[in-house]
Amino acid sequence: MSTAKAEREPFFSAKTKKLLLGPLNKENPITVQILGICSALAITVKLEPAVVMSISVIAVTAMSNLIISTLRNTIPQRIRIIVQLVVIAALVILVDQVLKAYMYDVSKQLSVFVGLIITNCIIMGRLEAFAMANKPVDSFIDGIGNGLGYGLILIVVAFFRELLGSGTLYGFRVIPESFYEFGYVDNGLMILPPAALIVVGIIIWVQRSKNPDLQEDN
Amino acid sequence: MYSNAYIFKYASIMVILVAAILSAAALLLQPAQERNVKIEKIQDILRSAHIPSTTANAEELYKKHITREVLINEQGEELSVYSNGSFEKGDTRAFDVDVKAQLKVKKEYLAGKSTVQPVYPLFVCQKDGDTLYIIPMYGTGLWGPIWGNIALKDDLNTVEGATYGHKGETPGLGAEISTKEFEDEFLNKTIFNNNGEFVSIAVVKGGVASSNIDATHGVDAISGGTITSNGVSDMIKNSIGNYVAYFKKIKTI
Repeated sequence: MSTAKAEREPFFSAKTKKLLLGPLNKENPITVQILGICSALAITVKLEPAVVMSISVIAVTAMSNLIISTLRNTIPQRIRIIVQLVVIAALVILVDQVLKAYMYDVSKQLSVFVGLIITNCIIMGRLEAFAMANKPVDSFIDGIGNGLGYGLILIVVAFFRELLGSGTLYGFRVIPESFYEFGYVDNGLMILPPAALIVVGIIIWVQRSKNPDLQEDN
Repeated sequence: MYSNAYIFKYASIMVILVAAILSAAALLLQPAQERNVKIEKIQDILRSAHIPSTTANAEELYKKHITREVLINEQGEELSVYSNGSFEKGDTRAFDVDVKAQLKVKKEYLAGKSTVQPVYPLFVCQKDGDTLYIIPMYGTGLWGPIWGNIALKDDLNTVEGATYGHKGETPGLGAEISTKEFEDEFLNKTIFNNNGEFVSIAVVKGGVASSNIDATHGVDAISGGTITSNGVSDMIKNSIGNYVAYFKKIKTI
């Protein structure tokens, strides 16, 4: 392979911290790269599924990055996407089976969205953009970083949606009953998917106004 | 560039390897998964009789409270009776009967497409000296299947408790059927009228108070969840309807 030499150069090796923490802010997969939006809408009604989903995605991004990066010099260029998909699909099925066996209630709430991690653009995106060209350890950290970045947004969105939409946090009631007696009503919009778009939009707005680097020129 | 032969070999080995790993995982995790499904079913049945259970003690409580499992047919005849760990009659446990599959069998049987008769499971529960009859239900909501269990007191008429579940009704609207508020509406409603005719319990849009349905045969529907509410209404009618013949038989004895 002609690019094999370039791949072996450790051009990210000294930047582990950037790999891990970059996706939390300036390279966030959801708010900056705008990847994986659909699942962010679907499973952020409550905190618990959002947390489990985040952990699942972190596991899949990290492990698939590690495996693909280890194999990167043996993978034929022409079928690399297929190889990546097989690895992702296998990992996602494993996660789904484990959840069904040991976290049945949460797995019911996540329903199809665990399976849909396969199509989550973050994972394919990181494999193509990073794992195919970097060493296994760096790729593993990049996977964890991106998974964390995704999970962070999920949990922030779920926090606001559960608090305002159901008056609970992680299933525990935080808005006291007395508020309801005075006529407080949970916001029904917050539990519908459009509310996730609004919350994600607000997060992007806040993030961009604090980070001039992210603002477009026009 | 890699040769075609290499690509084929690479792909084959990879696929076989992944298949082996996934099959092994599925086999290893299967017992735990099947147990989860079974315990969920047990907990649903117990919940309709207001017996609180945890995943740990569900099976034990089931053994203690559900003393008889009866399987009946369309004519209300007992096909199979499983009581305290042994069969009194027949050889099929009502617990193992899939209600969803039986509704399909019923549809084909009634349409004359099949001669296989549907069977209906009934659970008899002993709680604090009272006998309760628990009927599993299955129906269709707005987005997908809904299901539930309804427990009748030993007059086979008054509702002791009802529980509902759903696959994916709209949160905040149709999904409210599985909340305690909705389920508690069913308490002490009756399924037969004063003349002994089966009238079921209707879920009434706009509220029972402002409709012409008797307050003991209706509950208030969920605002914004009309199709799900109607689904619940139909589910109760279709499911309990299958047991009316049997109930009339055992009542007269």
